[in-house]
Amino acid sequence: MSVLVYTENWDGVFKKLSFELVSYAAKVAKMMGTSVTAVSIGNVSDEELSKLGAYGASKVMKVEGNTSLDNQLYTTILAQVAEAESAKVIVISNNNTGKAIAPRLSVKLKAAVGAGLIKLPTAVEPFTVTKKVFSGKAFANVVLKTEVKILTLAQNSYEVIETGGSAAIQTFAANSGEAKTVVKDVQKQTGKILLNDAEIVVSGGRGLKSADNWGAIEDLAEVLGAATACSRPVSDEGWRPHEEHTGQTGKIIAPNLYFAAGISGAIQHMAGVSSSKCIVAINNDADAPVFESSDYGIIGDALKVLPALTEAIKEAKNK
Amino acid sequence: MKIVVCLGNVPDTTTKVKFGDGTAFDKTGVQWIINPWDELALTRAMELKEDAGNSVSSVTVVTVGGKDAEPTMRKALAIGADDAIRIDAGANDAFAVASQLTEAIKDKEFDVILTGIESSDYNGSMVGGMLAEMLDIPSVSAVSSLNISGDAIELTRDIDGGKEQVSVTAPFVAVVQKGIAKEPRIAAMRGIMMARKKPLAVVSAAEVENLTDFVSFELPQPKSPCKMVDADNVAELVDLLQNEAKVL
Repeated sequence: MSVLVYTENWDGVFKKLSFELVSYAAKVAKMMGTSVTAVSIGNVSDEELSKLGAYGASKVMKVEGNTSLDNQLYTTILAQVAEAESAKVIVISNNNTGKAIAPRLSVKLKAAVGAGLIKLPTAVEPFTVTKKVFSGKAFANVVLKTEVKILTLAQNSYEVIETGGSAAIQTFAANSGEAKTVVKDVQKQTGKILLNDAEIVVSGGRGLKSADNWGAIEDLAEVLGAATACSRPVSDEGWRPHEEHTGQTGKIIAPNLYFAAGISGAIQHMAGVSSSKCIVAINNDADAPVFESSDYGIIGDALKVLPALTEAIKEAKNK
Repeated sequence: MKIVVCLGNVPDTTTKVKFGDGTAFDKTGVQWIINPWDELALTRAMELKEDAGNSVSSVTVVTVGGKDAEPTMRKALAIGADDAIRIDAGANDAFAVASQLTEAIKDKEFDVILTGIESSDYNGSMVGGMLAEMLDIPSVSAVSSLNISGDAIELTRDIDGGKEQVSVTAPFVAVVQKGIAKEPRIAAMRGIMMARKKPLAVVSAAEVENLTDFVSFELPQPKSPCKMVDADNVAELVDLLQNEAKVL
């Protein structure tokens, strides 16, 4: 019996998300009185794999090769490792990769899924999790009834905890078959902070008035080391790429700090950002709904407030 | 090529959700809509069918739900789907829904199954992948573009920090997200008239099980009021973010 955690890598490297998942799995394992085994698929150096030990994995199973995601093949590999380890709980990120694998693995292992969790299970007997429903308008307490359970964790919803342990690395020979999806081309964003990874996000809406005014958003993002985002009308107008759209049908994010500039705060937008730990709204309409869901607000023209804020932050950082 | 689009019937996004005694969603007075992601999937399916450059010949919509899901299915027919299937069962959990869909679809002819990446009610992101595993066919998730040229299928999927162009052989499931179609299509009057004559089959529920029980619901704690800062004093905001919220 163990808790298994799937740690995805990006070109052979882990990121904060991976350590967050291992930390979460370690806590779940503690609740159940067992240990954590991490699984890695692809080509990752032992030095990189051994980092997982510091966050609570006592064992790492590496499955080499298969560097690009094939949903069926990855599911088969994870199922084999889960069976070999007699895993009772499998922790996966709720990112795009997790959403691709977790449902297939659920069927393969007949394991109930607690999807998109933002905190630890509330009980292990019966195994109960709390999840957001109705796009954040409510929470549901869900009992996972099967012997094996899968938990998918929303990004940036659990802390990274260093335990200072070390992990034994083992090679696992999976019998996985052939990939059915063929990756023909990859485009990666380079030199930019990814929206889902960002701890601070600066987001603009129609109040910015035109794509030409985005410098005000980018300047503030730069001094903060933040990612940039936008509301749906902005991506629909083509002012910004759709990857930057945060909201119900766009990206769901949970940064520590979210700036909503010139965004009215429609329920669909707030559904994508309501898990942010702190929300700052800047809007010239004092009645804009965004102020109802924000922690701090400034009534004013975003195009004037943003540059002033950028300067004030520069000044504060120089102190 | 035949496309099947799985549709969820969900409360309108602006619904104030209520849970009666706290154990079940109160459906009283709720306006139902096609789940937003599924609506984009249907829109893309219609665009593909209308494009003469591929072999797409029909679009079938299927849902799992009671009679209150029928207006949503008629709307899908009005948008242009050729026929609709309603599986007469409660949508208890993702595994049960995927099992019902599998039973209804497995013996039919299909090449491409489209599902939205998430439903706006239970937000599980599970049904598409589960369906693919149950049917034992490939799936591609987070699909933001789907092109079919003749019989060749090309997709774009979003990965953390980029995009990948992927090819796959039918039959398969595409779990689609924003980008797959620009804006959801609105039914025209002619479509609404024609929809009345299109077939909407009701099939009885299969014996399936659910793996989860939704035991209770809670509303979030009310948020404390927004603290306002004067636009001429942004330094105060910086101070609050640093020393009160401790996020800078």
